[in-house]
Amino acid sequence: MRGPAFLEKLETALPGAVTGRNLEALDPWIEVAAERLVEVCRWLKQSSDPRFDALECVTAVDWHEPDPKKAAKVTWQPRLELVYHLWSTSARVSLVIKVSVPRWKNDTPGEIPAVPSVTGVWRTADWHEREVFDMSGVDFTGHPDLRRILCPEDWVGYPLRKDYEQPLEYHGIRGR
Amino acid sequence: MASLIDDDPRIIEFDVRTDEMLVNMGPQHPSTHGVLRLVLRTDGEVVSQVEPHIGYLHRCAEKIGENLSARQWIPYTDRMDYLAAMNMNLGWALAVEKLMKHEVSEKARHLRVLIAELGRIASHLVGMGAYGLDLGTFSPFLYAFREREKILDLFEEACGARLTYSYITVGGLTADLPPGWIDRCEAFLEQFEPVIQEYHALLTTNAIFVKRTAGIGVLSREMAIDYGCSGPVLRGSGVDQDMRRDGESIYTAMYDGYAFEVAVQKDGHYPRDHTYPAVPADAVLGDCWHRFFVRMLEVVQSMDLVRQAIDRYSSCKGPLGEPLKLTEKIPAGDAYLETECPKGQMGFYLVGDGTPIPWRARARSSSFSNLSVLHELCRGCLIADVPAIVGSLDIVMGEIDR
Repeated sequence: MRGPAFLEKLETALPGAVTGRNLEALDPWIEVAAERLVEVCRWLKQSSDPRFDALECVTAVDWHEPDPKKAAKVTWQPRLELVYHLWSTSARVSLVIKVSVPRWKNDTPGEIPAVPSVTGVWRTADWHEREVFDMSGVDFTGHPDLRRILCPEDWVGYPLRKDYEQPLEYHGIRGR
Repeated sequence: MASLIDDDPRIIEFDVRTDEMLVNMGPQHPSTHGVLRLVLRTDGEVVSQVEPHIGYLHRCAEKIGENLSARQWIPYTDRMDYLAAMNMNLGWALAVEKLMKHEVSEKARHLRVLIAELGRIASHLVGMGAYGLDLGTFSPFLYAFREREKILDLFEEACGARLTYSYITVGGLTADLPPGWIDRCEAFLEQFEPVIQEYHALLTTNAIFVKRTAGIGVLSREMAIDYGCSGPVLRGSGVDQDMRRDGESIYTAMYDGYAFEVAVQKDGHYPRDHTYPAVPADAVLGDCWHRFFVRMLEVVQSMDLVRQAIDRYSSCKGPLGEPLKLTEKIPAGDAYLETECPKGQMGFYLVGDGTPIPWRARARSSSFSNLSVLHELCRGCLIADVPAIVGSLDIVMGEIDR
């Protein structure tokens, strides 16, 4: 199932949806454009063989080097990478979906990028997307209740961004 | 279900008008297992909506993980599920080893099984004892802690700590067992085995306990999978999944050659269920009682695994092997690994960039997903059932808030 046969079916069902792949990696992954994420997820949950009926984890990786000296040497593109870990309880196999989005919408710092929510596909995504919104700053469009989950609601900034700066003061409590 | 309707307070007093009320439960409520705050929307005794508020223990362990080397983060994993710190250490160690493609010695492998399964017993004992407390009975808690203390003594002898061990680490374990430890462990198992019958007498078959848990908080199989529940919560709903058997090869290889049956009800029967009390008539698959019972079965299962691990560990010749250096470089790439912790499937995701410090360290908490289903379970239940449902999920806030 992890081989090309499975991907061919996905390609036939949703042409052009998969933009990148690495099935030789430790955890085989496919890359999907943000606009087509929901239809790919729905297909993987309902029509693929095996059905990926469980979403285990949603997380974001911030590819950004705040140090300009080091940033000149990096080989990767600065971006925000969302990683979805899927699991099939019947076939007991996993699959990883990666979605790359710009770090800031329209390159305006502070404006968080938007990605469609997959809460309609797996309910796990509800809290997990809230956590990613809270920690990494991603706006999940279509999420029923997108607000901070671990940090207080009036917290400023997204702690897991690489350029995050810890506040000096929060309601009279000294930071640092 | 006739008995339920007869004494259901929801339908007897039609003439008493009740108003909707918001009740704040926690964050310092004893039955919320840490600092969890629940906002209940109630109408009389009936709960119509529950909203969990979490984050009181949040310290952004993942950000700390991005500033330390992989082995230095081990003590922080201790503080996630502090009731099963050994299993947390193991989860992160294995995830790093997966990315590094590192294999531990045969002796270390069996010692890890031995320690992890003892950790599971200790965690389930707290889960069981505290669940008794939630339901208003104090004695099981004392009985459970009496035995757990003996496991902690064994752990203390092995690594010097009683709660946050950092014993299992990247590339192996920090030390071998001291002389005579195996004998003391065997003595403990010998003494512990008959005690399990006491637990069954105290709780599993206790009429009040059954009344409080059977048929309460029923979680369907589909809903459990949809919400990403795992561990005893998932198996209590009849889903046959245990990462020790079904997980990735690096983890299942650890249990290679070990004989155990996954504690899940199949065709109306639990494995080897003739040796345990019968399932009460009121219990429905997926209710609080079943979740509790799966944990009790896992205690016996783990005890069996500890015995097997002792045999294999004792017959291993040769050294235990040294753990990796603190500054060992992590190759570029990413790896995700889920291990079967006592509370459920704990996943660690690691992104390396060729330096000793992970680019991203992520902990996918099992209790986090298990708690997210709470609002579904509590819809329409009585206020008194809320602690019974929360307790049956066996959450630990250190892991949820990270």
